[in-house]
Amino acid sequence: MRDVSPGRAGGLAATLTVPGRLDVELTAGPGDVVAVVGPNGAGKTTLVQALAGLQPAAGEQWLAGADLTGVPPQERHVGVVFQDQRLFPNLSALENVAFGPRARGVAAGASRAVARDWLDRLGVGGLAGRRPGELSGGQAQRVAIARALAADPALLLLDEPFTGLDVGVAAALRVELAGHLAGYRGVTVLVTHDAIDALTLATTVAVLDGGRLMQVGPPSEVAARPRTEHVARLVGLNVIRDGDRFRAFTPSAVAVSLHEPDGSARNRWSGTIRSAAPHGGAVRLQVHAGHDLIADVTPAATRELGLAPGRRVWLSVKETAITAY
Amino acid sequence: MNRPGKEGPASRARRSAAPRVRRVAAGLAAVPLVAAVLTGCGPARGEDTLQVLAAASLTDAFTELGDRFEAAHDGTDVQFSFGSSTDLAEQAADGAPGSVLATADEDAMTIATDAGAAAAPTVFATNTLVIVTPRDNPAGIGSLRDLAGTTWVRCADQAPCGRVARTVLQDAGISATPASLEEDVRATLDKVVSGEADAALVYATDAASAGDAVTTVDIPGAEREQNSYLIAALAGANDPELARAWTDFVTGPEGEAVLTAAGFSRP
Amino acid sequence: MTGATAHDVPRPRRRARDSLGRPPLVLLLPAVVAVLLLVSPLVTMVVATDPSSLAAAAGSPAVADALWLSFITSTAATVICLVLGLPLAWMLARVDFPGRRLVRSLVIVPMVLPPVVAGIALRTAFGRSGLLGEPLLATTGFAFPYTTWGVVLAHVFVALPFVVISMEGGLRAAGSGYDAAAATLGASRWLTFRRVTVPLALPGIAAALVLGWARSLGEFGATITFNGNYPGITQTMPTLIYVERQSDTDAVLALSLIMLAVSVGVLVALRDRWLVTA
Repeated sequence: MRDVSPGRAGGLAATLTVPGRLDVELTAGPGDVVAVVGPNGAGKTTLVQALAGLQPAAGEQWLAGADLTGVPPQERHVGVVFQDQRLFPNLSALENVAFGPRARGVAAGASRAVARDWLDRLGVGGLAGRRPGELSGGQAQRVAIARALAADPALLLLDEPFTGLDVGVAAALRVELAGHLAGYRGVTVLVTHDAIDALTLATTVAVLDGGRLMQVGPPSEVAARPRTEHVARLVGLNVIRDGDRFRAFTPSAVAVSLHEPDGSARNRWSGTIRSAAPHGGAVRLQVHAGHDLIADVTPAATRELGLAPGRRVWLSVKETAITAY
Repeated sequence: MNRPGKEGPASRARRSAAPRVRRVAAGLAAVPLVAAVLTGCGPARGEDTLQVLAAASLTDAFTELGDRFEAAHDGTDVQFSFGSSTDLAEQAADGAPGSVLATADEDAMTIATDAGAAAAPTVFATNTLVIVTPRDNPAGIGSLRDLAGTTWVRCADQAPCGRVARTVLQDAGISATPASLEEDVRATLDKVVSGEADAALVYATDAASAGDAVTTVDIPGAEREQNSYLIAALAGANDPELARAWTDFVTGPEGEAVLTAAGFSRP
Repeated sequence: MTGATAHDVPRPRRRARDSLGRPPLVLLLPAVVAVLLLVSPLVTMVVATDPSSLAAAAGSPAVADALWLSFITSTAATVICLVLGLPLAWMLARVDFPGRRLVRSLVIVPMVLPPVVAGIALRTAFGRSGLLGEPLLATTGFAFPYTTWGVVLAHVFVALPFVVISMEGGLRAAGSGYDAAAATLGASRWLTFRRVTVPLALPGIAAALVLGWARSLGEFGATITFNGNYPGITQTMPTLIYVERQSDTDAVLALSLIMLAVSVGVLVALRDRWLVTA
């Protein structure tokens, strides 16, 4: 049978099936931050909904020693930060955050104290009296995180928490969230499409595609040896599937030429440039050559060779630059 | 916003759903607007169609007479619009299509004659007020005096039958309060037939039409307050001779026989 | 709510044309005809009313009684529609129970019944010899017909479907996402209903109640069939107008005008608050 010990010990152990949409087995220990990455339609939101009990799913779910199978959302102690925040528009920020403790039977005064504390910890204590409509995107997201944490969940679900925020705001919030998650003893599941979230916040990365987990492992491992094109793209690697094995190489290891290269390089492909965009100090080309490959070239080379979208080019990689796994 | 406007369809629904409307075409013709449309694109109304606007209490007798008239006048089609006398008189005064108007009292007929829409009317029948109770007479009513304390109904003062009922009750010195003042005599009768009232004051003809469903109790002295039924050809009749033939038929021996059988008295 | 912010923003002067250009005649013309169709009978009714009969009608105790009864019964019916209709609307909008579509269809049926049929149906159920009414009368001595309660019952019967369906629309428009958020915070469904669902759907709920009240105020077909007509007890304003119609046309116009004025007054008073957001 499955190993459900993490769920019994205080972590999460779940096997969840939603016909046609989701079929996963997920375990995590206390304090773990699991980043769920995957393309649109991979089932990320369905996974969040199923874990929260908002989406009926077959299977089994243990959390912090309790069997959550078939338990309704309000009895699960699973906090959710929704993609669209869903702050109650008729309540102030403070009342929003106090809602969880109040619902669990904490007295009004104590609930407000807890709420005020959480708002302060997320740096939005000064906005306690404001309605959600009067908050900026970043402020609202902080209130939403405070609201989820104030209910003292054993599992915290963050659904694309930085989507729709300004880049600077997202960066600041990411740093702060890392601090809060480090001190959080429950399990965190963070749904994201951003490689930086997965790499900076997660202890485990779970790659979801077509409703199934394609790869689960530490961020460094997943980043170095991606098994799906989506993750490869996220971490900026080229990955070629070779039977059961994968061959990965960096964009900077790719040589670009207008004519078929001579020599021994057996890894070479001919294709058409799809796009060319600045990437750091280089220019990143996206080339369609049977499958999509990326190559970084110098701005000077771009000019000299006239590397513009539509141009046919040859790509080659030395065998020594390829990691096989 | 248009609340009062909404009453129109509602009241029409009442009328068209009530059993008194025997022919769909006649029922629709009661609505002037619809009638206006129908004359344009509805079934052709030929020279031999007779349209009779008649008080609701004449429903049974006139339907019977209509069949006989059609049999006697080959190729003639008699269509009825039964309803409240006042309503019909107002429609006639308003120029609604129709050949003959028959009302249950003089006041209603006056509306049409004053408007010049009807010729000089003739009294062709009278009707007497009676008490009806459900067949088993659960409240044990034997006279007007027994009405006190029971659930009984009569017509509203605005309807002809209501004016008669009020006078009869005053004459008898009865001050019992009815549970409801119904809008017309058929609605009044209906309350007893459906078992919703212990008794009702209706015309003898209505009691007769209800047959076994009700028990009839005569009111001594009610014959002094008989109400008169009037008939008149309408100015807008498309075939005045046919209209006159109908009024003659109704006031003639065959009409008298059918009306008497239906509970009406001779004038 | 949106209206308040709209007022603060300075707007260019209203013109017949908007920025997308002149409305096409094929749409403009029917729209104008629709307005004329709705407005002209009301205007002619005002014109046709004799001012002296209006004064007489306005001062008549029978009219005052009927207006007051209309107001009381419509308000009572609206309160009952709220108490019974909101939970039903919530069930239809938020609970996925078997037979939900069937229940919704059944609830709508009274909407399409001619009022007189509604009255007959009520009579077969709650009449003195009705299937439910007879045992009720036998055990308690109470019967709905000929009582003000009977009027309220008839009003509820005809208004409730409108209230439920438009409340359900209001609840659906408010979305179930907030309910889900409340559930993850540990709120029971009842708490969520009180603190989240109802406050967020309030504009829709209020609009539904206004609609129900208006429907109830105008109702008389079911009432007169089921309850009869007695001044002060079962004679509402529409019933009075209907009965009066048999004898006095001038008075009927005056009564109708009073009814029109009261209805328009109430709707205008409520419009800015609720009807627009609905």
